[in-house]
Amino acid sequence: MAMSVTEITQGLAAGEFSSVEVTQDYLARIAQFNPALNCFISVTDELALAQARQADARLAKGEAGALTGVPLAHKDLFCTDGVRTSCASRILDNFIAPYDATVIEHFKLDGAVMLGKTNMDEFAMGSSNENSYYGCVANPWNTEHVPGGSSGGSAAAVAAGLAPGATGTDTGGSIRQPAAFCGVTGIKPTYGRVSRYGMIAFASSLDQGGPFARSAEDCALLLRTMAGFDRRDSTCSEQEVPDYPASIGRGVEGLKIGLPVEYFAEGLDSKLAAVIETAVGELRKLGAEIQDISLPNTGLSIPTYYVVAMAECSSNLSRFDGVRFGYRCEDPVDLEDLYKRSRGEGFGAEVKRRILIGTYALSAGYYDAYYLKAQQLRRMIKEDFQKAFAGVDLILGPTTPGVAFKIGAKTDDPVSMYLQDIYTISLNLAGLPGMSLPVGFVDGLPVGMQLIGNYFDEAGLLNAAHSYQQVTDWHLQSPELKK
Amino acid sequence: MTLKSEDVRNIAHLARLHIDDDAIDQYTSDLSNILSLVDQMNQVDSSGVTPLANPLDATQRLRDDEVTEIDERDKFQQLAPDVAAGFYRVPKVIE
Repeated sequence: MAMSVTEITQGLAAGEFSSVEVTQDYLARIAQFNPALNCFISVTDELALAQARQADARLAKGEAGALTGVPLAHKDLFCTDGVRTSCASRILDNFIAPYDATVIEHFKLDGAVMLGKTNMDEFAMGSSNENSYYGCVANPWNTEHVPGGSSGGSAAAVAAGLAPGATGTDTGGSIRQPAAFCGVTGIKPTYGRVSRYGMIAFASSLDQGGPFARSAEDCALLLRTMAGFDRRDSTCSEQEVPDYPASIGRGVEGLKIGLPVEYFAEGLDSKLAAVIETAVGELRKLGAEIQDISLPNTGLSIPTYYVVAMAECSSNLSRFDGVRFGYRCEDPVDLEDLYKRSRGEGFGAEVKRRILIGTYALSAGYYDAYYLKAQQLRRMIKEDFQKAFAGVDLILGPTTPGVAFKIGAKTDDPVSMYLQDIYTISLNLAGLPGMSLPVGFVDGLPVGMQLIGNYFDEAGLLNAAHSYQQVTDWHLQSPELKK
Repeated sequence: MTLKSEDVRNIAHLARLHIDDDAIDQYTSDLSNILSLVDQMNQVDSSGVTPLANPLDATQRLRDDEVTEIDERDKFQQLAPDVAAGFYRVPKVIE
C-alpha cells in the first residue's frame, strides 16, 4: 500500500514508524519493481539510509522540519553533490555533481531523504521518456505504454509507489504531461518561483522545477520546501512563498473557472473529453462557476515554443565540449575534432536535432525571422492569458490530447511528438503556473486535467485541485504491478 | 522551408557537432519537417509587437561587485577528462 507524503510525516511525528523503516520499505519496493519499470537511473541506498538515520535523530530531538525523514526521488537533472547527475545523457554518464542544486539544498535542510535519481528524456528533451540514454521508463498502468516526458521516471515512480513524492522540471509540459499519463498530481509553478540554480539548463526562459505526488495536499507540502528566492538564480522571484498547505482548505464556492474553447476543439480524443467534462461537473457541484473563454493564439504556441526552446538549448548545451567535464571522444586529432566528436558521440538524436535547429534559428541572417518573430508571438500568447484572467480565477482543460501512447508509436516522427504538447507549452511561454491531476481513465490509462493559474497563484491551483480530490478518489488509485 | 544536406553539414559545423555521413539524409528530412512546423509562425502579422524575452518582463538583477565564489579548481578538475599542472589539456592548437 503506497503512502502519501502527508501520511508519512504524520506517522513519523507520532512515532508509528521511523524514517529508516519507511526508507527501507521504499528501497525494497524499488529493488522489486524498478527492474521492470526503469524509473531510476541511480538508486542511492546507502546515502538514503544515512540520511534517514540523521532524520530519526532529528525527530527524536524534536527538531524536525516539515519533511524530515520523508524519502523522495529527484529527477536526474538536479545536481546532487557527490552523486552522479547524468541528465540521462551519455555526455554526463560519468558526471559526479560537485555541488547541490538549490532545490536539493532546500530538501536537505528540511531533512528529507533522497532515494535516488530518476530517469528522464535526455536533457529533458522529449514527451515520452524514449530519449533516455538509459532506456525508456514503462508506464506502471500498462508497461507497453510510455510514462510521458520528460520527467517520466519521477511520475512513474510516484504512480508505482516507489517514492511518495518526486521532483521534476517543466519546460513545455515535462511535469504536467507525465503526471497526466501516470495518474499522479504534479505542479509547474510560475517561472521564477523555484530556483533554477543547479538544475541543468535546457531552455532558460522556460525551465521551472516543481513536485509530483499522490495529491494536491502533498504537492503543497513539497512546493513549500522547494520554492523561494535564491540570489544564485538571476531570474528567481523575490516574492514571499505563501504557506501552501495552510491555503488549500478554502473550497471553490464562487470560483470563476474558464474553459478555453481552443482546448476542446479538433485533435482532442472524444473519450478523454468526456472524462474532463465529468470532472468539470464535479467542480460545478462544489460551487465553481464555469464559463467558456478563448485563447485565440493557442495554435501558434507549438511553433513559437520550438523556436524559443531550441534556440536556448543550442546556446545552453554549448558548454558540453569534452574539455572540462563529461564525455570525451577517443584520440581526437585536433581541438575541433575533440569538440565535434565528443558532442556527436555524447548527445542522442533528439538533442542533436534541437541543437541543429536552434543553431540555424540563431545563425546570421535568420535571427529576425525565427527567434525575434517567436518572441513577438510569445507576447501575443501571454496577452491572451492576461485578457482571460481579467474575467476568471482559473483556467481548466485537458493536460494532453490523448492518454499515454504505446512505446515506439511516435519515435519516427518528431513533429507528431511535438504536437502532444499543445495544451501545456503555452504556459511556459507565458510563465504561468499549471498543474495536472488525475480525473479518470480511458482504456485503462489515466486522464489528466490541467488547471492554469494567474502569476504566483500556486495556492489557488492547489486549493482547487484539493477541493476536487476531497470529493473524488481518482488520485487514490494505484496500478497493479508485476515484478 | 526545406534544407539541403549541405545546409545540415554547415549548421552541424557551426554547432561543432559531428553527424555521421549516413545519418545526414535523415537529419535533413527531420529538420525540414520541423522548420515547416515552425513556418506556421508566419501566418500571423506580429509587426509592432515588442519581443518578450523574460515571461515576467523582468530585468537583470544587479548586485555589488564583490567576490562571492571561492577557488575550487582542484575539486572541479577531478571531473575533467585530462588535466595537467592545474590546466585542462586539449590537442595542440598552435604549431
